Amino acid sequence: MGSAYFNEMFDGATVRGPYARLEDWTRAMPAELRQMKQAEAEALFRRIGITFAVYGEGGDPDRLIPFDMFPRVFTQGEWRRLERGIKQRARALNAFLVDVYGRGEILRAGRIPAHLVYGNVAYEKAMVGFVPPKGVFSHIVGIDIVRTGPEEFFVLEDNCRTPSGVSYMLETREIMMRMFPALFRENRIEPVEAYSELLRRTLASVAPARCEGEPTVVILTPGHYNSAYYEHSFLADLMGVELVEGPDLFVEGGLCWMRTTEGPKRVDVIYRRIDDAFLDPLCFRPDSMLGVPGLMDVYRSGGVTIASAPGAGVSDDKAVYTYVPEMVRFYLGEEPVLQNVPTWQCAKPEDLKHVLAHLSDLVVKEVHGSGGYGMLVGPKSTAAEVEAFRQKILADPENYIAQPTLALSTCPSFVAEGIAPRHVDLRPYCLVGETIELVPGGLTRVALTEGSLVVNSSQGGGVKDTWVLAE
Amino acid sequence: MILTVAHRTTYRYDSPIRVAVQSLRLTPSVFAGQSVIDWSVAVVDGQKGAGFRDGAGDWIESWSVRGPADRVTVSVTGTVETSDLAGLLTGHREAVNPAVYLRETQATRADAALTDLAEAAATEAHEPLARAHALSRRVSEAIAYRPGATEAHTTAVEALALGEGVCQDHAHALIAAARVLGMPARYASGYLFAAADGAPHEAAHAWAELWVGGLGWIGFDPANRTCPDDRYIRLGSGLDARDAAPIRGIARGPGRETLDVTVAVAQGQQ
Repeated sequence: MGSAYFNEMFDGATVRGPYARLEDWTRAMPAELRQMKQAEAEALFRRIGITFAVYGEGGDPDRLIPFDMFPRVFTQGEWRRLERGIKQRARALNAFLVDVYGRGEILRAGRIPAHLVYGNVAYEKAMVGFVPPKGVFSHIVGIDIVRTGPEEFFVLEDNCRTPSGVSYMLETREIMMRMFPALFRENRIEPVEAYSELLRRTLASVAPARCEGEPTVVILTPGHYNSAYYEHSFLADLMGVELVEGPDLFVEGGLCWMRTTEGPKRVDVIYRRIDDAFLDPLCFRPDSMLGVPGLMDVYRSGGVTIASAPGAGVSDDKAVYTYVPEMVRFYLGEEPVLQNVPTWQCAKPEDLKHVLAHLSDLVVKEVHGSGGYGMLVGPKSTAAEVEAFRQKILADPENYIAQPTLALSTCPSFVAEGIAPRHVDLRPYCLVGETIELVPGGLTRVALTEGSLVVNSSQGGGVKDTWVLAE
Repeated sequence: MILTVAHRTTYRYDSPIRVAVQSLRLTPSVFAGQSVIDWSVAVVDGQKGAGFRDGAGDWIESWSVRGPADRVTVSVTGTVETSDLAGLLTGHREAVNPAVYLRETQATRADAALTDLAEAAATEAHEPLARAHALSRRVSEAIAYRPGATEAHTTAVEALALGEGVCQDHAHALIAAARVLGMPARYASGYLFAAADGAPHEAAHAWAELWVGGLGWIGFDPANRTCPDDRYIRLGSGLDARDAAPIRGIARGPGRETLDVTVAVAQGQQ
């Protein structure tokens, strides 16, 4: 113990309140039982088919993401504050998107540099002047949060396009309840299974004005080669909506249609899990075979809704991220409940100087990167790796931001040697439609390698169930 | 000037297509330099879909054709009254911030030669309008008009290296050079009335627009060493030729496509 990291379960030798019952639970579980349960959990995951392919690493694309049975626990009080902060941020991000595709007031006011938006590759010219139904661009906002102390929570990044991973939130809960029913009797844990119904309602609430009757919602997937295909089909099943690929849809007469065995059926809302560039070959990449030709014309004339809206990515860019607290103040007139991680922008000469001078203490990320690729974790890198990265930054400073290495909190995890603290983060999924909804929970990712601070599943991170205790 | 347009584009397929979808930007822009007297866009045997004005001020219309069909014909006819505004786009309503048009595309990327051209123009003239004229003149001088020298995918870099091209290449080179100087620039597409002066013209035409602070967007046509006047009809704009294309379409089917275009722009009756 006595480490520099905040341990969410232990305060020295004392067990913190929300974890009290878990201590008895682990005591009553000898190593053999634990191994048996672990094997059972893995078999369950394998059977339901929840796997996560890792980009660029080769190997088994159907590799299981490691599941750590030790739950992560929040008190009702902790959660209420997080919820306020998350919803506030989701509202501000959407207000920002409506603004920058409209008059750009926040840029005119000089609160955010205009070139960060207008020069951004994620800024879609085709969206200018268009306001999506209910003024929502980002319908599912995944906000990555880290904790460094009892009261210290920071937002690491926002995901406003199509954040993945919510299926893990639902599946880990399901599996935990199946394997440890007693735990769920002893602890009063807020349920998360309302998520799929809330998602369906959120999507239905943003149907275009021309929609008649009950809106038809579909999920548009790039297909089974996509690493998140399991999640696409899982969510479609839970919501009771069709899972479609580009060729299943077509446009005609200013509307979007789905081919069915009973003939064409009108589609009102498309929850798309494919990138902007591939949505419509007539508007974006002309070589895309994944999208629906003519879809953007139908969308922009109010015949169908696309969630998230194309161009939503301009708000979750890592350089724009720095200004989210500004957005909260500008659009909502409130102080941000959740703080950003202090960030240096290498595009600024004085920041660049600082970054280059402290490279081995910092985490450096690509502005448009995601998934933990192309980043430098200074303290964990060799001198040669740091040097190589220095050259990359110097070649294109605008492409990088840097943050201090955060002292991510730890949570006990089952590892080969028994139980040991491992670093965790949290991704809750905020739903934005006619109302803003957040289920009490999220995806906790855990860096299972001892000492590692990288929780990305693409970098060998695992997942665990996230509990919010009822009062 | 009163101009009449008859523009017919036919895509033929050697085996029938199942379906075709098109997004058309074939309706004259709304600004002080031109007003439509009558105008019609139609796809033969097609169904009209969405129609809307986008943030750049362009009228966009979708059409679809259900197969089997061995051809898709887009027919445009109309009459427009134009006036000479010396290239100014006065009264054009649009919402896209000019800074968006600083973005580089593959066709409008600048290399050392284009950068040199831009910097030479910048040395020659300091005031933005004079600088825009200098850029346009230098592009006219560097790229000779020669149909057939280049093709649809030729980039500004390639056209300048070749020293020959058509209006699309002139426009791309001017856009690339202007962006080097931090001047927003874009591609404009439309029609040109070929006067009886014997000079080579393309009736389906394209030019560049440069953003000059205080004046707004101004058209420059390096291919004809002029600014658009009352012989021009403007349809729409984009970051480059692909982005501004008057017709974007996709046809599903095994057939090979051949294209046939006829454009006639004539001076009409007062």
